[in-house]
Amino acid sequence: MSRETILTAIRRGLKRGELPADQQAMLRGRLAAHPRHLIPARSRLPRAGQVALFVANVEREFGTVARVPDLDAVPGAIADYLAAQNLPSEFVMAPHPELQAIPWPERPLLRIREGRAEASDTVSLQHAYAAIAETGTLMLPSAPERPTTINLLADTAIVLLRASRLVGAYEEAWDMLRAEWKDTLSGGFMPRNVMLVTGPSRSADIEQTLELGAHGPRRLHVVLVDDEAGAL
Amino acid sequence: MHVVTSPAFKESATAAIANAGLQKALANSGPSFIARRASAVARLPEFERLRDIGRDIKNHTLANLDFYLEAYEARVLEAGGIVHWAATAEEARDIVLGICQKAGARTVTKGKSMISEEIAVNDHLERHGITPVETDLGEYIIQLRHELPSHIIAPAFHLNREDWEDQFRKSHTDLPADRVFHERRDILTEARAKLRQRFLAADVGITGANFLIAETGSSVIVTNEGNGDLTQTLPRVHIVLASIEKVVPTLEDATSLLRLLARSATGQDFSVYTTFSTGVRRAGDLDGPEEYHVVLLDNGRSNMLGSEFQDMLRCIRCAACMNHCPVYGTVGGHAYGWVYPGPMGAVLTPSLVGIDQSGHLPNASTFCGKCESVCPVKIPLPNLMRHWREREFERHLTPAAMRTNLALWAWVAKRPALYRLVTRAAAAALGWLGRKRGRFSSLPLASGWTGGRDLPAPEGDTFFARYAKAQRAGKIR
Ligand code: SF4
Repeated sequence: MSRETILTAIRRGLKRGELPADQQAMLRGRLAAHPRHLIPARSRLPRAGQVALFVANVEREFGTVARVPDLDAVPGAIADYLAAQNLPSEFVMAPHPELQAIPWPERPLLRIREGRAEASDTVSLQHAYAAIAETGTLMLPSAPERPTTINLLADTAIVLLRASRLVGAYEEAWDMLRAEWKDTLSGGFMPRNVMLVTGPSRSADIEQTLELGAHGPRRLHVVLVDDEAGAL
Repeated sequence: MHVVTSPAFKESATAAIANAGLQKALANSGPSFIARRASAVARLPEFERLRDIGRDIKNHTLANLDFYLEAYEARVLEAGGIVHWAATAEEARDIVLGICQKAGARTVTKGKSMISEEIAVNDHLERHGITPVETDLGEYIIQLRHELPSHIIAPAFHLNREDWEDQFRKSHTDLPADRVFHERRDILTEARAKLRQRFLAADVGITGANFLIAETGSSVIVTNEGNGDLTQTLPRVHIVLASIEKVVPTLEDATSLLRLLARSATGQDFSVYTTFSTGVRRAGDLDGPEEYHVVLLDNGRSNMLGSEFQDMLRCIRCAACMNHCPVYGTVGGHAYGWVYPGPMGAVLTPSLVGIDQSGHLPNASTFCGKCESVCPVKIPLPNLMRHWREREFERHLTPAAMRTNLALWAWVAKRPALYRLVTRAAAAALGWLGRKRGRFSSLPLASGWTGGRDLPAPEGDTFFARYAKAQRAGKIR
């Protein structure tokens, strides 16, 4: 009932009735075409420049990045990182096929559990769908193989990103989702949840002074796989 | 609804100026917001052009608000969600309570939401035996202290570290009373541990929304802590509280506004977590809510459409206007007497609770214009405050003495030659009187101004006279 009340009040305020059919068609056209607005020049760079911008922005936001030549080098890079941080060699991993295909047994000391994260997990490993150089932002959509809790519950969040999945601006990442994702429930392209993550969790609520690790991870570590010649 | 104490603005403002703790907090925190925004804006040369774009996106949406809300609703339904339309705060509260009761909820975690404050949903839930737990750190301590937030993005803006420590000792009685907080980090760690338990136990999670997207049926939240994400991911039911003007057409439109939001708010290029939620847990998902509800609140906003206050509906709640406001910087947020403080509150509060209750707020301004100059969607805040003053004047709510003075001033102001003569004489006299200190802390007939602040002494000439002199000297062309 309030639905009609509100819509009527809106139309009264706008001094018109329901929009005429041709104008509705025009607006539907705008939704379908989703025109881009201004895209800042800072990310309009050759590939290598975009990768460098991404890395610089992640570090600026208190994250860290390790670059590795291929997937085979990932177990070593993660083992080294955990050791350097004095963390146990144990983590919960998103059940993503590409993570599952990594040759983990080469590092037999790493203990890995697959699934969603629980409050008791201290380290997690996620698979990034894409990343945005403009602000050093990871795009993490939800899916059975990419649980959302992996992004949130552990104190240390590690994210694997292929350099070939890095774009300059957010708009390009949205277009990747539009082209590649199919949501079975809605029939559209939007996953249930898309997190854009820029650095580790923080709060400035106490005297406007920045502290890392509020409710989410205290550390954010990106393992960047250089799978694209042009990006090096 | 929260009691509106705006009618006591003058008394509250006087008390605020005398409150040493508040003044310390304001002095500590105020300047850092301004500096951080300035440096973020300086790093993005396109910022000014983005402000025009942001304004245009919002204007386009408002002109077609009915269409975009219906489009948005259709997409939410396709993603397994439900949209509840609420014309009033009472209706919104009852919808939320109904969903919680149906879910058999005992505790509810909450992400930061100004709409939640506006409809005072916490009190309503508590009265019905459901415990709401604020999880944003600032909101958490505000809830423990039974206060309203004093700032729209930094709810605990008015508190100092000592206040946090005192309150935590009082509230977390299961912890050793003699524990030491060596640094701010210890306060944060204690809150994190306390709230972790709450996140895991909650049956329902309630968040706000910075944007709703018609193209996809998504609600967007922007946080740095990650509390909003835990709130909407862990419980079985997710409720989004949003007002009708939060909708934008597409992801591209939201993206352009997001480029403005964090920079204007905290001076970050982008907030840590910008999250788009669309409907319920999908088949095979290992986490996420099984129910997804959106409560769409009007509560007076549709009345603003087509009025001189329509521009206010562009607001993206970044808080830049209050961060840059000399009045807010002097009296803090609580003096404004309701949910929304600062310049945006001075315009919005009269629209939502009535000018009869909040007539002082549009007057709490020096008309310095700083708020408009930083507003990311270019809301002409001083002008809108002026409109409220005019309305208040027309409704004869202003005390008679003030009306006579204003009428006299208007009579003089409409006669430029006379105005210049009068102001020039006054400026010369004041300049001469105040030549030693450079300002007045009290002046006959001006106690309304000098009661709360000093009046700088004019330097002996009016703007017009000086402008004319400079022009003659060839300094201005
Ligand atoms: S009025 Fe403008 S500056 Fe103030 S909170 Fe709203 S968008 Fe930000």
